[in-house]
Amino acid sequence: MKNSSRRDFLKLTGLGAASLMASTASASEGVKLGENDVGMFYDATKCVGCKACVAACKRVNDMDAVPAPNDEDRLWDAPGKLDYRTRNIIQLYKEDEETWSYVKHQCMHCVKPGCVSACPVTAMMKDERGIVYYDKDKCIGCRYCQIACPFVIPKFEWPKAFPKIVKCDLCKFTNLKEKGIPACCEVCPTEAVIFGKRSDLLAEAKRRMETEPEKYQEKIYGEHEIGGTNVIYLAPQKVNFAQLGFPELETHSYAAFSENIQHTIYKGFIAPVALYSLLTFVAIRNRKKNDGSEDEE
Amino acid sequence: MGHHDEYIVHRSKIFTPAFFGLLAVVIIGFYYIGVRFVEGIGAVTNLSDGYPWGIWITYDVATGTAFACGGYAVAILVYIMNNMKYHPLIRSAIVTSLFGYSLAGFSVVLDLGRYWNMYGFFMPNRWQPNSVLFEVALCVMTYTLVLAIEIAPAFLERLIYSEKKRFMTIKKAARWIYPRLDKALIFFVVLGITLPTMHQSSLGSMFIIAESKMHPLWHTGLLPLLFLINCIFIGYSMVIFESTLSSVGFRRNLETREIAGLSKIIPILAAAWLGVRFYDLINRGHLADAFAGDFHSWMFLGELLLIAGGAFILSWRAYRNSPRMVFIAAIMLVIGGGWYRFNVYLIGYDPGAGWKYFPSLPEFMITLGLISFEILGYIVFVKLFPIMPKPHKVHNPGVESPVK
Repeated sequence: MKNSSRRDFLKLTGLGAASLMASTASASEGVKLGENDVGMFYDATKCVGCKACVAACKRVNDMDAVPAPNDEDRLWDAPGKLDYRTRNIIQLYKEDEETWSYVKHQCMHCVKPGCVSACPVTAMMKDERGIVYYDKDKCIGCRYCQIACPFVIPKFEWPKAFPKIVKCDLCKFTNLKEKGIPACCEVCPTEAVIFGKRSDLLAEAKRRMETEPEKYQEKIYGEHEIGGTNVIYLAPQKVNFAQLGFPELETHSYAAFSENIQHTIYKGFIAPVALYSLLTFVAIRNRKKNDGSEDEE
Repeated sequence: MGHHDEYIVHRSKIFTPAFFGLLAVVIIGFYYIGVRFVEGIGAVTNLSDGYPWGIWITYDVATGTAFACGGYAVAILVYIMNNMKYHPLIRSAIVTSLFGYSLAGFSVVLDLGRYWNMYGFFMPNRWQPNSVLFEVALCVMTYTLVLAIEIAPAFLERLIYSEKKRFMTIKKAARWIYPRLDKALIFFVVLGITLPTMHQSSLGSMFIIAESKMHPLWHTGLLPLLFLINCIFIGYSMVIFESTLSSVGFRRNLETREIAGLSKIIPILAAAWLGVRFYDLINRGHLADAFAGDFHSWMFLGELLLIAGGAFILSWRAYRNSPRMVFIAAIMLVIGGGWYRFNVYLIGYDPGAGWKYFPSLPEFMITLGLISFEILGYIVFVKLFPIMPKPHKVHNPGVESPVK
């Protein structure tokens, strides 16, 4: 399983025409890399931790403030982590003056999203540009998307009587729609996070890594993880991705694995129908036998 | 199927001390259910974005439906294996299944944050067939309906054989429906075997997608098979447990012959389950984790020892002849099998650093309230309708009506 999906994935990440071919070839695997997929690229070495992206995200997406502790006047918005009021966050990992890094967390926009695969009522969807978004009018609040997401990204409005799921949708209905760019990427003063086509972003990340190999970790997070994500990351040499809060994931898509098993068992609903027919045949034959023996009594 | 004379109404007082004790727990549970709907799920639970599913899903749904698999497991024996001697057990098993599944369904509604959107399950344009939960949800809903149809003859018999002169039209309708339902029933019975085969295995598949969050002792592509076998041996054990308890509680004779038969089947199923479990652990190279001595390995050994121990007891004829030992073994298998499901849904699930879950008091009380509601329902139900097997001594079918 692991080997075959890795092989398929290598096919997938081939450039240009090769990727187009591979995406049709691997349709059975379930991981399709869209040609027009957009995403974000965050270079942790460029981030200055100003949190302009956090503020901009909250402003355009109309998110509630998170009061700081002891802030009686409620003048601050001081989110510490992602939750139902915060889709996008900047955090700091620091060991000492030399070993530190900022990190931006939000939805990774997986190429094969677990949340979309898990949702029973298509409230989680992936659009033609690879943006994973949410429709509260379909959502039943089962929270299976939260179980399915390896990054613990979809957040639930726990304190509310009529809650919804909250996650980054690359400003699909707000900034991206109006200005063609997600708010966080628009306001970033150092271009630490940039928006673009996934293939372009990946090429840029590789270029930076090749130009200054001493500056970066030897890995682009999101390039291969669970079949790839549309948001990709570079981390500084001295801080690894685990320290920045990224789980170590395999290269095969968990969602595709789950779907494969389910489809193998069900064979497009033929298997249940066959089982039902077989059991009916057996049960009716048994009933005839028993009715016969009863008549004799 | 002409077997209605196998069952009797259990004649005794409905309002017993046990009734009021259970009722008190039900009322506390429903108080917190009220709080949940007014103040939100966060107000009554310790759930979080890391642990979005707690004991309501783990116990009420994933484990409770396995405990309610008696109807399914006995139906396989009777209708597929053609072992008619178990037929007298089927009604009480189906009633338990109906209550168990209704409880699961009710819990899901409590757990759903946006329950008012549930109608989406009936809109084909919203169906998402890749979702394991979609399959489980539709299957469980349909099965609950099928269980209600399967138990309908008991209602009708009650109406038909009632000596009261009121409601003559209803009685007439019941007399008309009964033979027709009896003929069609086999198709529902078979549906009642197909559906649990589907959703019980899918309850296992549910956590395949959470691969990175699952402890390797429990994450495997064989989850559906393990859940399926698990629910069948739990089902038989539950029938033994329940039959023994109601014999003691209702002062009836033990259904010794049927219980001895079931006790013979259980060890075979448990052995098959253990075989798959160990084959899988060895195959994936995680057998060492099972004996690592850490928390998860103890949890694994707990589930394992109870299941293997229960099956071991039942594999000896001497023990099978002792109702006490059979009862103990059945309890071990029910707890061990349920423990396995807890391990998959909760204990073996780890969303990463910084997340913790232990159920809150209201969460416990809601679950306890619902379990009490289920037991209460069962106790009242068997006193109103012909559900319990007729004692073996009376053997003159057709002379007595099942309802006096």
